[in-house]
Amino acid sequence: MPADTWVSFDFTALHDQFWSATFDGLTFGAIYALVALGYTLVYGVLNLINFAHSEVFITGAYAVVFTLSWLGFGASPPNLSTVAIIGDLVLACLAAMAAAAIVALIIERVAYKPLRDRGAPRLVFLITAIGMSFVIQYAIFWWRGANKEEAVIMFQAKPVFDIFGAIITSDQVIIVTAAVVMMVAVDQFIRRTRLGRGIRAVAQDPDTATLMGVNKERIIMTTFVIGGVLAGAGALFYIMKIPSGAVYNGGFILGIKAFTAAVLGGIGNIRGALLGGLLLGVIGNYGQVLLGRSDWTDVVCFVVLVLVLMVRPEGILGSNLAKVRA
Amino acid sequence: MSMGNAPMGGAAQAQDKQDQQLAMSTRKGRFAGLGTWWNNLERWQQWLVLSVVALLVFLLPMINPPLITTEPGYDFPTACFDMARFALAALGLNVVVGQAGLLDLGYVGFFAVGCYVAALWTSPDSSLVHIPYLWTLPLAMVVTVFFGIMLGIPTLRLRGDYLAIVTLGFGEIIRILATIIPALKGNSGFQNIGHPPGGSKSDPWFSPENLTPWYWLTVAIIIVIMLLLGNLERSRVGRAWIAIREDEDAAETMGVPTFKFKLWAFAMGAAIGGLSGAIFAGGIGYVNNQKFDVPTSMLFLAAVVLGGTGNKFGAVLGGAIVSYIPNRFLSLADQKYLIFGIILVILMIFRPQGLLGARNHLLAAIGRLRSWVGSAPSGTATEAATGATSISLRKEEDK
Repeated sequence: MPADTWVSFDFTALHDQFWSATFDGLTFGAIYALVALGYTLVYGVLNLINFAHSEVFITGAYAVVFTLSWLGFGASPPNLSTVAIIGDLVLACLAAMAAAAIVALIIERVAYKPLRDRGAPRLVFLITAIGMSFVIQYAIFWWRGANKEEAVIMFQAKPVFDIFGAIITSDQVIIVTAAVVMMVAVDQFIRRTRLGRGIRAVAQDPDTATLMGVNKERIIMTTFVIGGVLAGAGALFYIMKIPSGAVYNGGFILGIKAFTAAVLGGIGNIRGALLGGLLLGVIGNYGQVLLGRSDWTDVVCFVVLVLVLMVRPEGILGSNLAKVRA
Repeated sequence: MSMGNAPMGGAAQAQDKQDQQLAMSTRKGRFAGLGTWWNNLERWQQWLVLSVVALLVFLLPMINPPLITTEPGYDFPTACFDMARFALAALGLNVVVGQAGLLDLGYVGFFAVGCYVAALWTSPDSSLVHIPYLWTLPLAMVVTVFFGIMLGIPTLRLRGDYLAIVTLGFGEIIRILATIIPALKGNSGFQNIGHPPGGSKSDPWFSPENLTPWYWLTVAIIIVIMLLLGNLERSRVGRAWIAIREDEDAAETMGVPTFKFKLWAFAMGAAIGGLSGAIFAGGIGYVNNQKFDVPTSMLFLAAVVLGGTGNKFGAVLGGAIVSYIPNRFLSLADQKYLIFGIILVILMIFRPQGLLGARNHLLAAIGRLRSWVGSAPSGTATEAATGATSISLRKEEDK
C-alpha cells in the first residue's frame, strides 16, 4: 500500500528554507490581509460574511490584467524607466480598485439591500451571497472561458536585502510595505474621520446610529467600497506574484484564505485582519515547505481555520469594530 | 410579499394589516387551489394519488414523454438517472439545511466519500478486498456517517456563517485529498465499478449503457428514504430539528440537547449523501477526482432551496429540476451555474420558501392559532398574542 507515503514531513527542507518561506509567506499574507479587510468591515457593520467578496477580488485581478495588457505589458517585462513603470502600476491599481469597488457596490445593492429591507433571516443572506458569487464567477466564465488570462509580468524582481541567507526581492518589499501602509491608512480612517465614526456607530448599534442622524445606507455602501478598493489593491499584488492568476474561479481559494485570516485575527477587527493575514501566509508557507506540495497549503489553511474556531472563535485580537475607540 | 413596503414602526394596526396580507399571500398563488384540494383529501386518498404518481415516475424512462424528453441530444434514461441521484442527494442535504437549519456547503464531500467507497471495494483497479456491489451501499452509509460525525464534533458548535465556511473547507479538503493520496488514483480514477447482480455476465441488467434499472433502483431508494424521513420528521428528533432551526438558543433553553440533534442531522444527511454517491459511482461505472468541486455542492444547495427548504418533496423536485434543465436545454448546459446562481438570488429575494414551502404541521398549527386569535375581539392580551405568533409566521414564510 502506498497509502503511508502520501504524507511525509520534510523537516530538513523546512529548516533550510525557513527564512525564505517566512518572507514569501509574509508577502502572500499581506495580500490575504488586504482582501480580509473587506470581510472584516462588512462583518463589523452588517454582521454577515460577504461570501461574494472573493469575486470582488477576482474582478480586480481581471482589471489589472486588462489594463496592463492595454499598456503593453506582456509575458516579458517591458523595458521602461522606473517612473514609467510606477505610473503604469498606479494606473492599473486605480483601475482594479474602481472595478472591484463597483462590483462590491453592485453586490450590496442587488443581493443584500432587498433582503435587509425585508428583514430576512441570516441563512437567506448567506444563500443569496453564494448565488451572487456564482453569478459573477460564471459570468466571467461565459465571457473569458475556463482558461487563465495570459501572464503579465510587471517588472523583474531584484534582490534587495539578504537576511539570514534568505534573499528579499524588491516585489516583496513593495507588496508588504504598500499593504501595511494601506491597512494603517484604513485603520486611521476608521478611527479619526467623521465617516469612520459613522461606520463605528453603525457597527455598534445601527438603529441608534440612524436616530442620531447617521445615514446607515451610505455607511454600508462606504464599507463595501472600502473593502472593494482594498481587494483591488490586493489583486494588483496578487498578479504581481502570480502573473497568470486571473481565472474565473481564481478568487475562491484566495477568498477562503482571506476569510480565514480575518477569523484568525478576529473578524470585525482591522488590526486583526493584518495580523491574521500575515500569520496565515507564514503558516501556509511553512505547511507547504514541510509537506512538500503546494496543494497542502489549502488543507493547512482550512485546518488552521477549524482549530482557531474551536479554540478561540473570537480570533487572536478578539475585539470587534464596534468596540474600536478613536 | 410586500413586507418591505409597509411603513416601519407603525401602530399595532399597521402590523396587523401586514400580518393579514402575509397570511393571505401564503394562501394565494397559482397552485393554491391544488394545495387546498390536497390538504382536504383523506389520508388514504392522498396515498392513492401518491402511488399513482410514483408509478408514473417509475415508468418515466419507458414513457419518454415528447415534450419532456431530452433526446436526441441526451439519452433520456441517463437524464432520468441523473435526476434521481440528484434528487437523492438533495433529499439528504435537505435534512441538514432544511430541517435542522445548518448550512452545509461541503455536502459534495460526503457524496465523494460514498463514490470512493463503492470504487475502492468493487473496482478491479483497487487492491482492497472486493465485496458485492450492494454491500457497498450500507458500507458507504456507515463510512460517511463516520465522516459526518468526525466533521460534526468539532464544527457543530459553530453557527451559521462559520459553519458554512468550515464545511466548505471540508468539501475542498476531501477533493484535495482525492488528488494527493495515491491510493485514490487522482485523475485517472477507477474503472469498472461493480453493479447489482442480475442478468448474464455479458449482458447484465445493471450496466452503464442502460441506466433505466439504475433509475428504478434509485427511485425505490428515494421512496423508502422519504417514508423513513417522514417518520423521523414527526418524531421527537424532527421536532427538535425544527426547534433548532427556528431558534437555537430558545431550543437549548427549553432543554433540547441541540448539539446531539445537530450531530444527528449531520449524520443522517451524510449517510444519504454517501448512498447517493455510491449509486452514482455504480451507475456511471467510473470515479475520478473531477466531480467533487465546490460548484457541485452549490448545485445541491440550489436544488434544496429551489424546491423548498425543509420540504422533502420540494428537495426531490428541486434536485430533479436542477439536473434536468442542463440536460434538456443542452445549449444552456455551459451556463448552468450562472443560471442557478441567478435563480438562487431571485428566489431568496422574492420567494425565499422555494417552489414548495416547508410543510410543517407544527408551524401550520401556529398559523391556525394565529388566524383564530386574529378573529377574536381585539384587546391588549390578543395584541400581544398576535405579535408573538406573527413572528413565527414570518419565519415560516422566510424559510
